[in-house]
Amino acid sequence: MRKVMTGNYASAYGAKAARAEVIPAYPITPQTSIVEKLAEFVSTGELKAKFVPVESEHSAMAACVSASILGARTYTATSSHGLALMHEVLMWASNARLPVVMTNVSRAMAPPWSVWADHMDSVAERDTGWMQFFCESNQEVLDTIIMAYKVCESRGIMLPAMIIEDAFILSHTSEPVDVPDQDTVDSFLPSYDPEIKLEIGKPMGFGSLVRPDQYMEFRYKSMLAMREARDRIVSVEDEFRQAFGRSYGGLLDEYMCDDAEVALVAAGSVAGTVRTVVDKLRAKGMKVGLARIRAFRPFPFQEFQSLAGRVSGMAVLDRSFTHGAAGAFFTEIQGALYDAPKRPAMKNYIAGLGGRDITPDVIEGIFEDILVRCERGSDPEPEWLDVAGLPRRRS
Amino acid sequence: MVASEILANAAFNMGFEVASFPFFGVERRGAPVTAFTRIDATPIRIRSSIYEPDYVVVLDSSLLKGIDVLEGLKRDGTTFINYPDGRRLPSLPGGFRCFTLDATSIAAAHGIGSKVTPIVNTAIMGGFSRICDEVSLEAMVESIREKAPVKKEENVAAAREAYKRTREVST
Repeated sequence: MRKVMTGNYASAYGAKAARAEVIPAYPITPQTSIVEKLAEFVSTGELKAKFVPVESEHSAMAACVSASILGARTYTATSSHGLALMHEVLMWASNARLPVVMTNVSRAMAPPWSVWADHMDSVAERDTGWMQFFCESNQEVLDTIIMAYKVCESRGIMLPAMIIEDAFILSHTSEPVDVPDQDTVDSFLPSYDPEIKLEIGKPMGFGSLVRPDQYMEFRYKSMLAMREARDRIVSVEDEFRQAFGRSYGGLLDEYMCDDAEVALVAAGSVAGTVRTVVDKLRAKGMKVGLARIRAFRPFPFQEFQSLAGRVSGMAVLDRSFTHGAAGAFFTEIQGALYDAPKRPAMKNYIAGLGGRDITPDVIEGIFEDILVRCERGSDPEPEWLDVAGLPRRRS
Repeated sequence: MVASEILANAAFNMGFEVASFPFFGVERRGAPVTAFTRIDATPIRIRSSIYEPDYVVVLDSSLLKGIDVLEGLKRDGTTFINYPDGRRLPSLPGGFRCFTLDATSIAAAHGIGSKVTPIVNTAIMGGFSRICDEVSLEAMVESIREKAPVKKEENVAAAREAYKRTREVST
């Protein structure tokens, strides 16, 4: 049934549709209404789950890890500093191969204090071994939670996933969302039944010490699992499309890229605005497209190599900045394209930090600039857009 | 924020695509908040803020002092202000259609919120349905019934009275 709801409620409805069984959570702006709604679902009996109020995000993830070891389908949600506080335990989840699913309402890191959209919190956790899915709409948030459980719980994968929902721009925006029929979800997503779990009467040890002659094999297997997840994400999405009639473009969602001269790479909610600009510029005869990073982990290497073969220019928009380097999307795409048969001219654009609005004008400026870059070659210096006192650099 | 959600939900019930979003300043009840609503016949993809609205609805007339609430309003745009009956509206930048409603008195009379701080969302949206061609009073009433957590019929009655008492004023 289609109804108007926020991204946060879409997260809560996603966890409910997936029949999460244990939900340990700690509130933080702007995630709070996710766990409030889930607490309500649990209190009214609409969702049969154990809701565990904890004293910190570190404890929330620790409780997720414990519950997941017991074989429970586990969900939580957090944001920014809450995610950062979880950092240690994120690796306990991924390295123990536990398919925890979590929404991160992506928000800037302080100081100065900011509660608004920014990808720094999510990007900072890219090395924790979690899958990371950036969402463009509230519908995608809900649907990706359901798909993520199916991917994460697959034998041979068994990894956690972070569903990334931009602060306020999705979390507090009300828009129509289809809440899928529960029977269809149940047949799409069977209940969680792990091969190995802790049971009463069957004592086992988890997370014990291993010596240097054993550790690397664990990480090697994690690597294989994440590699396998690439195909699994695509096949699960295909099954989802058949069951629900919606899909989101796999790991890298292309829009009007087939004959594009230049593509703008972006992730999250800004992709919607980029689509409107692509349509506007296409109407003027400009061959521009959007490539939306949907999965940042696993990283879409092959997809970027394929795109690089088709475009002359690639603009990469990062909503975060890795100081001493560049935007994380940019450096990773550059790395992925080093051995590509054909490499486009590239430039990194930094915009929208701390919730600064990324307007259609800003996007249009990027397209105009990268079209010039096609002739002149890559620009090694990231350009910060819409910063007070900083004029636009024209290529 | 609640008013913008009621509006979005009402427009959705009439078959439109909608997106409504707030911008909070500080995190406390009663702090000035801006909320935006887009209504369209086709799915809404744009995620940036609204800088040139068709309508500006002002829920608290104290904001008329010190802030240019009409900044960016389209030339043929309309403003709707919650303003006490019997008091003269301060002069506003010219050229816009302007409607007023004493939503605070209506909300208080229907017992919505407290006497000191009545909650005007449902009254203002009842009045707005008279001004906005896209949303009917009945769609607004239906949306209020869905969204009001308590006192549903009191809120509906306030909206209906507000619809009748909304009037255009010269600026």
